[in-house]
Amino acid sequence: MTDSLSRVFSALADPTRRDLVARLAAGDATVGQLAAPYRVTVQAVSKHVKVLEDAGLVSRSGDSHRRPVHLEADVLDLMTAWIERYRRQAEQRYRRLDAVLAVMEEETQKP
Amino acid sequence: MSAFPEAAIEADPKLPIIRITRDFAATPQQLLRAHTDPDLFARWCGPDAGSIRIVHWDARTGGSWQYVHAMDDAEYGFRGTFHEVRPDRIVQTFTFEGMPDGVALETLTFEDLGDGRTRLHAQSLVDSFESRDMWLRSGMETGVNEGYAKLDKVLADVA
Repeated sequence: MTDSLSRVFSALADPTRRDLVARLAAGDATVGQLAAPYRVTVQAVSKHVKVLEDAGLVSRSGDSHRRPVHLEADVLDLMTAWIERYRRQAEQRYRRLDAVLAVMEEETQKP
Repeated sequence: MSAFPEAAIEADPKLPIIRITRDFAATPQQLLRAHTDPDLFARWCGPDAGSIRIVHWDARTGGSWQYVHAMDDAEYGFRGTFHEVRPDRIVQTFTFEGMPDGVALETLTFEDLGDGRTRLHAQSLVDSFESRDMWLRSGMETGVNEGYAKLDKVLADVA
């Protein structure tokens, strides 16, 4: 799973692939449909899709360009959940820091 | 209005870095003190439940630190060095003694927003994506609300 998460991060490092993921979140699409808005070849988009597929972010029922690409939302959810949990921990820590800072401020204002 | 009233997090896709940004109603000087005074630091830094016991603390450029997080019957040791301590910035290393080969490089920047407010930029560079994933995952093993009890206690002290 650790390797899997690293591959997810690395797959999402590319802006085009992030865009592809965002569009697939709206629904399945073929490589041809995905390539349409870009000034790149279907082959180039196919390569991006392959990287996303290797990271487990998307799946295809076959190799044909006519087969729809499907977003594996579970993988994204897992990564998002881990990061959000970490963020909430940090936020809890910083709320304690808020309270400490408030005490410090009161002490400063004492005559 | 505060742009980061709650902690915002970013996991860099290209580098094993976690960045956290958070605004505070305090001056950079106060924030620096809360990070460098061991008594104040111990009151808020704890990962969550349990208590922090400072073993060693020398918050100066070239100094070092060590504390123990006691929770239930277990103790977890953490240590590191203060590479640089100055009014707007702390650079330090961070190691969990249970994994002594893992070292994170932490850079804390205190950005003065004026009007007694400061934006904290906390960046952790770990030595591999695997380590970062471990840190991110470690958040899954602890409760969500444990921190609030400590907050309540600190607030009670104020009253």
